[in-house]
Amino acid sequence: MTESTKQAAPVADAAPATGRRDVRALLQERWQWLAAAALVAAVCFAPFQLVPFRVFQLTMVLVYAVALLGLNLLVGHAGQISLGHGAFFAVGAYTSAILLHDHGLPHLVTLPFAAALAFVLGLGLGVPALRLRGLYLALVTLAIAIFLVPLIKRFESVTGGAMGLTLEKPVPPAWTGLAEDQWLYFLALAVTALAFASVYGLLRSRVGRALHAIRDNEAAAEVMGVKLSFYKTLAFAWSAMLAGVAGCVYTWTIAFVAPDSFTVTLSITLLAGLVVGGLGSMAGPVLGGLFVVYVPSLSQDINKGAPGVVFGLLIIVVMLVAPTGLAGLAGRAARSTRKVLQKERRNA
Amino acid sequence: MLEVADLTVRFGGITALDGVGFSVARGEMVGLIGPNGAGKTTLFNCLTRRYDADEGTAGYEDIDLLRAAPHAIAALGIARTFQNLGLFPALSVRDNVLVGAHHQGRAGFLGAGLWLPNVRREEARLRAAADAVLDRLELTKVADHPAAGLPFGTLKRVELARALAVEPRLLLLDEPVNGLSSGEVEEFAALVREIRQDLDITVVVVEHHMGFVMSICDRVVCLDFGRKIAEGSPDEVQRDPAVIEAYLGTAA
Repeated sequence: MTESTKQAAPVADAAPATGRRDVRALLQERWQWLAAAALVAAVCFAPFQLVPFRVFQLTMVLVYAVALLGLNLLVGHAGQISLGHGAFFAVGAYTSAILLHDHGLPHLVTLPFAAALAFVLGLGLGVPALRLRGLYLALVTLAIAIFLVPLIKRFESVTGGAMGLTLEKPVPPAWTGLAEDQWLYFLALAVTALAFASVYGLLRSRVGRALHAIRDNEAAAEVMGVKLSFYKTLAFAWSAMLAGVAGCVYTWTIAFVAPDSFTVTLSITLLAGLVVGGLGSMAGPVLGGLFVVYVPSLSQDINKGAPGVVFGLLIIVVMLVAPTGLAGLAGRAARSTRKVLQKERRNA
Repeated sequence: MLEVADLTVRFGGITALDGVGFSVARGEMVGLIGPNGAGKTTLFNCLTRRYDADEGTAGYEDIDLLRAAPHAIAALGIARTFQNLGLFPALSVRDNVLVGAHHQGRAGFLGAGLWLPNVRREEARLRAAADAVLDRLELTKVADHPAAGLPFGTLKRVELARALAVEPRLLLLDEPVNGLSSGEVEEFAALVREIRQDLDITVVVVEHHMGFVMSICDRVVCLDFGRKIAEGSPDEVQRDPAVIEAYLGTAA
């Protein structure tokens, strides 16, 4: 943000103060705030304009965005890899489902439990990550994702086995006047906003810098006093916790959990979605969430077999055209637009 | 301040350091010279716990340095730079420097994730300190630029800035002027002098640039094939026959 104001400020000073130019200068200086305000308005307004199925889709975008936010912390920021994040997602989903189904807890109360359990398991997975890297770490995390589905099926009495568990959706409180789908959407939106705010705070602190340092140069990071074991295990734990939170909101949204929703494919879809969205950027997880939800659903209209093919092809295209993901592409577009605007102003 | 004795490091059959011993007094600037492969960087890696020593001791302010954890070195007040730059390429210059101040912060995952006020205060304090270092090394202009893509001479200064952000009492410089133009070497020498004066830092520098070493160091230690072959004032070491032989080889 400081960067943009710094760049825009001299231009604004040089401009003669005519009405039309003032608006433009304002646009240039504050475009990020204006864009953010417009986005917030659109995001809050959307569920009142769309049919329930579309609102449901947007809710799912938020669910995936939170899961990808967690994965991004680990992969994009700390430079580790996980092919098993679907497992943490599933742990969050099942924790919530079992607490709702067997213990009748209110929906919101299940969230801290889901988060805590995923956190602890992530901490556990963080331990092998201290010794393994690259492909080896990818394989170990993949093993966890493979392991999980049979495990869920085995403990049928708790998990409902292959049949899964069918649950109730959260009931909107009367004072809100919201429909079920809208209420769910706003619950997911609140969780997403909190998760993003928290990760943003984390990344702009010494913790975020330590993670980035580990990603860029482990040896130098350690010499500078970064305790590798601490940051790696906690990056895994936080990453898993966010995936668990996403899984919990998933359970609220779908009101049904079954093992076949959490196969290895989910883990790989998450990683693919993140890479397409943009590793290491704040917008990446949101764009990745949009990608994961809308590409299969839009391509379904073409042909029944199309989603897989289109999804795969689009990943290849994005990687070729924008190796930094959609977020990188958007950033490039924004920068060149700003340049063009500035040039135009100077010529005017 | 630093007492190294009988330090021996072996890699398989190769003895990289063979019973090396020397000491550095507080406030001193010691040059560590020797032909390539003499074990100079190995020595630094031992002191910063990148490598384990097979034998010997390294005492630092009454602490057994060889028992310290690798990440605890910075908190002991020891900072180093790397021979081939050990920067974080994707991070901005400012963030590189801020990583140097890592051990001065307390913020953890939870505190930072919750935007606690003490974390924000601490962050403001670290940033102010980092900006002061950037200003001292004339890096303010490039502070927001990623380290990757900056000129080599600038990166060398960024690395020095990061090391200074550690607020070290002992600074280990590994070939700081390697690859710099002669003008840049002079600038760097002036900078190091100024820093020593202002900040009361003890410096050990590994360097091949003899002009730099001889002009700036109080004392010079020369290694060859892992052994110390000479130690003394720059003049003495320069005239030492063993040093001349190590660098030029014996006349046939």
